[in-house]
Amino acid sequence: MEEGDVNKYRMVVIGGSAGSLDVILKIVAAVQDAADVAFIVVVHRAKTGDSILADLLSTQTKLAVKEVEDKEQILPGTIYIAPPDYHLLLENEYTFSLDASEKVHYSRPSIDVTFESAALVYKTTLVGILLSGANADGAAGIKTIADAGGYTIVQQPATAEVSYMPQRALSIARVSKVLEGEEIGGFLNKILNVKS
Amino acid sequence: MFDKPENSVKDEELDLLLEELFRSYGYDFTNYARASLKRRVSRLMIIDRFPSFAELLFRVRRDATYLTRIVEELTVNVTEMFRDPNVFKTIREQVLPVLATHPFIRVWHAGCATGEEVYSMAILLEEANLLHKSLLYATDLNPTAIENIRKGVFPLSEMKQYSENYILSGGKRDFSRYYTAKYNWAKFDDRLKSKMIVATHNLVSDRSFNEFVLIFCRNVLIYFDKHLQDNVLTLFDESLEKLGFLVLGSKENLRFSPIARKYKQLENREKIWRKVM
Repeated sequence: MEEGDVNKYRMVVIGGSAGSLDVILKIVAAVQDAADVAFIVVVHRAKTGDSILADLLSTQTKLAVKEVEDKEQILPGTIYIAPPDYHLLLENEYTFSLDASEKVHYSRPSIDVTFESAALVYKTTLVGILLSGANADGAAGIKTIADAGGYTIVQQPATAEVSYMPQRALSIARVSKVLEGEEIGGFLNKILNVKS
Repeated sequence: MFDKPENSVKDEELDLLLEELFRSYGYDFTNYARASLKRRVSRLMIIDRFPSFAELLFRVRRDATYLTRIVEELTVNVTEMFRDPNVFKTIREQVLPVLATHPFIRVWHAGCATGEEVYSMAILLEEANLLHKSLLYATDLNPTAIENIRKGVFPLSEMKQYSENYILSGGKRDFSRYYTAKYNWAKFDDRLKSKMIVATHNLVSDRSFNEFVLIFCRNVLIYFDKHLQDNVLTLFDESLEKLGFLVLGSKENLRFSPIARKYKQLENREKIWRKVM
């Protein structure tokens, strides 16, 4: 990496739907030394969800894993999970806000909503990752992140468990990188300049 | 170098709009959480087809009749009956038995939007044979939303979900007996609304207006910044009698608020607090 690139990225937002859980677990396991960066995971899931996802991710990493609480301060070295049945937004002061407004792409949380909000706050210091899914959610969000100068990674649709979501993103946005699911974690460590 | 994401309202623009709404109409949104407000304004610009922010601002300045519309769209009016059914189950099992001992039950639904929650509570009270001695105050800052409470009409397409929620909340009856289907609408029985008092009330600028034994304010505080959240919780504290109950949304909390020390959360960790001092 160029010296000027050190610690360029401060936030990584990961969006996924059907067929994305396995990849998310691999990414989380790979990046556990990324103590200077915050992560947000937005996945579509049933609204009766409890803390299963947080528990599952915790088993893979030494970073703190937690479901977001309203107006919580965003801290590095933490993996935040969007709670079920709310949209997750980011404020200029690096805090979270929850929002129970209309579903977007039949989804709440919506990946687009969080990606677009994160792009406004983190601009060029943001990495957006879109994974497997059967829904158009996330494609517009990836485009917004790219347009704001952030780095974008989309899972290779051909080998994703469900190709529709990453395919949609590739059809509307110029993304920085298309990767196999198992390559994403390692690549992320490189661009985040993580030393392990 | 890089463009701002298209369609997104800039911070300076949002400031101009909020200033205008306050100066001309007295609506103060300045302590609302900004990320959500930005989305609402961007959304409104798309729905009402404003080619630019300047056009929206011009309309707000020149057309007082547009105010209702913008207030309606800046605030979130999404709600459902028996939302988070476990909360209502807990109210049935732990709160209503306490309320039953009161000669009179005053309930406040603050920021209740179109009133689904108020009807849910009226059903609970009726099933506990308490509705006859209850009054449900339903307030929201949005005049259009509360008009719906007076009508008692909700989309028929939602009834399947509401019926499932009702059963999960411990409801034992046939949910469809509470309404009459007509075209695409479900009209709820007038006897439920006979105990409702419907009014506009702005949590930012209006004061406490009565004393209640139960206050609902669910998924309203999330749209406020921390400062306004604290103010509104203090307003609730002033409006709640001792040993009364306060019900918040599933991701809202009294923790770190100035009134926290006076309240105790119910043991099952649902978002229901009792005022203990």
